[in-house]
Amino acid sequence: MSDPSSVAMAGAAADAVRPVLSGPSGRRPKRAISPRNIVIYGTLGLISIYYLLPLYVMVVTSLKGMPEIRLGNVFSPPVEITFQPWVKAWAEACTGLNCDGLSRGFWNSVRITVPSVIVSIAIASINGYALANWRFKGANFFFSVLIFGAFIPYQVMLYPIVIMMREIGLYGSLWGLVIVHTIFGMPILTLLFRNYFTSLPEELFKAARVDGAGFWGIYFRIMVPMSMPIFVVAMILQVTGIWNDFLFGVIYTKPDLYPMTVQLNNIVNSTQGVKEYNVNMAATILTGLVPLVIYFVSGKLFVRGIAAGAVKG
Amino acid sequence: MATGRPRQLFRNIPSKIAAIPMILTASVVFLGGTLWTIAYSFTNSKLLPRWKLVGLDQYERLWATKRWIVSFENLFIYGVCSLVFSLVIGFVLAALMDQKIRFENTFRTIILYPFALSFIVTGLVWQWILNPDFGLQGIVRGLGWDSFSFDPLYNPDIAIFGILIAGLWQGTGLVMVLMLAGLRGIDEDIWKAARVDGIPMWKTYLFVVIPMMRPVFITTIVLIAAGIVRLYDLVVAQTGGGPGIATEMPAKYVYDYMFGGQNLGQGFAASTMMLLSVLVVLIPWAYLEFGGKKRV
Repeated sequence: MSDPSSVAMAGAAADAVRPVLSGPSGRRPKRAISPRNIVIYGTLGLISIYYLLPLYVMVVTSLKGMPEIRLGNVFSPPVEITFQPWVKAWAEACTGLNCDGLSRGFWNSVRITVPSVIVSIAIASINGYALANWRFKGANFFFSVLIFGAFIPYQVMLYPIVIMMREIGLYGSLWGLVIVHTIFGMPILTLLFRNYFTSLPEELFKAARVDGAGFWGIYFRIMVPMSMPIFVVAMILQVTGIWNDFLFGVIYTKPDLYPMTVQLNNIVNSTQGVKEYNVNMAATILTGLVPLVIYFVSGKLFVRGIAAGAVKG
Repeated sequence: MATGRPRQLFRNIPSKIAAIPMILTASVVFLGGTLWTIAYSFTNSKLLPRWKLVGLDQYERLWATKRWIVSFENLFIYGVCSLVFSLVIGFVLAALMDQKIRFENTFRTIILYPFALSFIVTGLVWQWILNPDFGLQGIVRGLGWDSFSFDPLYNPDIAIFGILIAGLWQGTGLVMVLMLAGLRGIDEDIWKAARVDGIPMWKTYLFVVIPMMRPVFITTIVLIAAGIVRLYDLVVAQTGGGPGIATEMPAKYVYDYMFGGQNLGQGFAASTMMLLSVLVVLIPWAYLEFGGKKRV
C-alpha cells in the first residue's frame, strides 16, 4: 500500500474534508495604506487586543505579590516579578483538607484524558468504518438517534447514567468517567470518521475485498494507515474537550479523582480567609495551559477539527 | 422467504458486533435515558427514584419556584443576546478577515484561542477582570471618574451581562471560523457581478451573500443554541449563581436538585423542561434541513 498514488489519494481525500479556509486568493490590493485598510486593520487590531487582554491579565497577576495587587489594578504590569504564586498554586494550594495544590488535579486529568481519548477514538472510528463501508439494515436509524442525541441537553441523561454506572459497579471510578466521555464523544466523532471514510476511494475497499481481507483486516491495514490526519483531528478535539470538562468530572468521580478543572474551581471559589488572587490566576493559567499548547501547536488542524465537526455533511 | 430472514440477520456479523457500542449508546443511553427521565419527572422521587406517579405536581412546583423562573428568564436573556451578538460579531469579523488581508492566520489564532479554554478558566478570568476594586471599575474610577459603576458581579440587575461578556469572549471565535468557511464557499463571480452592477459592498453582503449563507447560519444557530441551554460551568465558576439568584441557570438548577438537594423529581422535571426548550429550536431545524432535502 505504500505506492505514491495511494498517498496522493489520501491527500486529496484530506483536502475534500477541509473547508475552504486555505488563505487569501485573488488579486492583490494595490496600496498598502488606504482608508479602507486602516479601518480593517484598525478594527482587527483593537479586537485582537480585547481578546488578548484576559490572557495578559492572567499572566501579569500571577507574577505579582499580594501587596502589589492590592495597590494597583488588574492591568498594571508587575514591578517585582515573583514565581512564588506558581509554586504555591502547583504544590501548596488547599482544597478542603488536601493542601497539595493543583498537581493532584493535573495528574488526575492526565489519568482521565489518556484512556478516554484512546477508547473514545477507537470505538468511534470503528463505528464510523462500519457505517461507511459495512452498512447493515437499521444502521442509519441508530446513527440518526446518535446525532440527534448530540443536541439533547446532558442534564436529561445524567441520572440514568448514574444508575447504569452503579449497576455495573463503576460509579465514582476512573473507568466510569472514561465510559461517560466515550458515550458523549461518540456522536461527533462517529460523524467525523464516517464522513472521512466515505470520502476515501471505494476501489481501495473493493480491491482489498477481492484480495480476501475481512472487516478487521481492511480496518487495520488500509483504513487506519490512510486516515492519520483525521485521527489527529479527532485527538485534538477529544483532548481539549475532555481536559476542559467540568460537569462529568463532578458527577461521575469522587473528590480524590477530581479532574483539574474541578479542583481549580474549588481552589478559587471556596478559599476561606484572604483571597490570594495571584495564586488563583497562576492556577487558572496552569489549567488552561494544556489546551492552549495543543491549540497553538496544532494551528490549522484545530480549526479543521471544529469546522469538520460543525459544518456537517 | 422463510430462509431469507435469518440469513439477513447473520450477514455482516463483524460490522454488527463493531457497531454494538453505537447501538447501545443510541438506544439505551440517549433514547432510553431520555425517556426514563421524562417518565420519572411525573413521580415524587426524592432521595432515590421511586415509581409513584403524582401527575404534573413536579411541574407545578417548578413553575411556582422563584429560582426556576429566574433561571429560565436568565436563559432567555442570555440566549437571545448571545445568539444575536455572537452572530453579528462573528459575521463582521469573518467579513473583515475575508478582505484578502495580511496576517490572517495571526488574527484568527488570536480571536479563536479562547475557544480552546474551558468555561471554568474563562469564568475565573472574567471574575477577576470584573472585580470592582481592582478590575475595570477600579481603573475607570482611578482615572478620575469617581461615580463610574460597572460591577456585574455584585449588582443583580446587570449580573447576567457579566456572564454574557465572558461567554462572548469564549465563543465568538468559533462563529467567526464557521462564517469564514461559509464566506469562502461563496462563488467569486457573485462579487464580480455585484461590482459590475455597482452595488455597494454592504448591500451585497446584506442582500446577496447572507441569504446565500443560510445553511451556514442555520447550523451555527443550532450549535450555539444547544450550547446555550447547557450553560453551566461558566456560571458556576464566575458567579456561582449569585449575587443572590441573579445568574442562576436551568442546568445549574437541575444539578443542584439532583445531586445537591436530593429532590430528584424536581431535577427530572427541570431537565425535561430543558429538553423541551431545545426541541423548540431543534424540530423546526430538522424540518427545514430534511424537508428541504426531499424537495431538491
